[in-house]
Amino acid sequence: MSQRVVVTGLGVVAPNGVGLDQYTKALRGGISGVRHYPQLEELKFGCTVGGIPQGVDDIADRYFEEDELLAMNSSHRYGCIAAVDAWTDAGFELPTPGDESVDWDSGAILGTGIGGMDTAGEKLVPLVDTGKVRRLGSTIVEQVMGSGVSARVAGLLSLGNQVTANSSACSTGLEAIIEGYHRIIAGRAKRMLCGGTEGSSHYSWAGFDSMRVLCRSHNDEPERASRPLSASAGGFVPGSGAGILHLESLESAQERGVRIYAEILGAGINCGGHRSGGSMTAPNPEGVERCILQAIDDASIDPHEVDAINGHLTATGADSQEVFSWAKALKRTPKTFPLISSTKSMIGHGLGAAGALESVACILMLENGFVHPSINCEDIHPNIEEYVGSIPQAVHEMTNLNTIIKAGFGFGDVNSCAIFRKWVD
Amino acid sequence: MTREEIFKKVIEIVRPYVKSQEALDSVNDDTNILEDLKVNSARLVDIILNFEDEFDIEVEDEDADAVNTVGDAVNLIQQKIT
Repeated sequence: MSQRVVVTGLGVVAPNGVGLDQYTKALRGGISGVRHYPQLEELKFGCTVGGIPQGVDDIADRYFEEDELLAMNSSHRYGCIAAVDAWTDAGFELPTPGDESVDWDSGAILGTGIGGMDTAGEKLVPLVDTGKVRRLGSTIVEQVMGSGVSARVAGLLSLGNQVTANSSACSTGLEAIIEGYHRIIAGRAKRMLCGGTEGSSHYSWAGFDSMRVLCRSHNDEPERASRPLSASAGGFVPGSGAGILHLESLESAQERGVRIYAEILGAGINCGGHRSGGSMTAPNPEGVERCILQAIDDASIDPHEVDAINGHLTATGADSQEVFSWAKALKRTPKTFPLISSTKSMIGHGLGAAGALESVACILMLENGFVHPSINCEDIHPNIEEYVGSIPQAVHEMTNLNTIIKAGFGFGDVNSCAIFRKWVD
Repeated sequence: MTREEIFKKVIEIVRPYVKSQEALDSVNDDTNILEDLKVNSARLVDIILNFEDEFDIEVEDEDADAVNTVGDAVNLIQQKIT
């Protein structure tokens, strides 16, 4: 029999808040975590603002041993802190030193969009190019390999089920959650830590800057720079961090008697095939709509049951088209359109972590009964003017918020969509 | 630099990688770095690089391979710096 899948733990390291309390407060308050970084200006980036989690190094030594920290770049630190937090939030203890037992029923799918670029840029390339290969030491491979974070988490938590990393550009974080959901449904794992992590590195951001897809208009007003849904949106703000959900079969969660935040009702994953307007860098609208419909169908709900949308909404020209795709797939008119907001308006675009950071936001909104504002769109884009009533400029308290749909899209024309419902005992 | 000073510095360099605090508390020349201190063998490379930086020496691979105990490391370093 297929399993129902619930969320029993959360961990987050975001530019506007590290840990659930800070993040919830920032989301509710519409607080931006985007800041100006002088290094980007010195290096002649067009966009000199970004979203970087604050104070992580100050808390990292509470989570990790000294030798572990020597082998952990920013992506590792964010991902592993979020994983440990999600694990303890789900009611588990950390393994004690010397304990050789392995949890064969728990695994991890922790993806990254780019990963390890700080290690590559600051150590690997300079040392190799100057003939100092032997000076690299033992920690380079694990910091640049795609599965570096999931591998480290497996050791920290003694995980014995599937431990892997996925990568689908900016769809990565949500895709990881959906992959874990599928594994639990299939009965192949009882519990999966799933999400995404992305390091803070100008080497990761540089290519986007050169593509001219980053915001260049608000370098002197960083907290106003990420402007999804606005007429003045001129590109996304690069971000970083990690979001992780502890997914669990309903059976396991009830046996353990732990708090259940929400259920994943259904999900969809697809690719637009780079056709009908889709390309390496743009989504085929039909692919997006089909992905949303897949999730609705998988959840067996009426599209009118959706109370709120957490969009992909990056602050590029694609935002309006995304709103139209939602309307079409959910069979809504501007008058009946649910609330829609962009977490990226506050934290920038966390790339491979984005879908996971934003899924954590969805669960926190369900848990606490609010829809966070979509900031910096006081000048709604004229194409979507009719939808203005559905775009909260300030926090919208909503105690009857039950069902949120979340989508993520990525380079390669890849899409993911999941539906979360508040758990009521 | 006296042998005792080298010994102290070696212990400081090895310390972050040690998994057995007990063995570290009673460390001496005969303490085996991998077996007693439970250092992950992959990290020996990093420890050798740290010796090179701390003592301004170069350690060939063959020399590094011969380091098993804390005393081996101290002897090797002493030999290189004199």
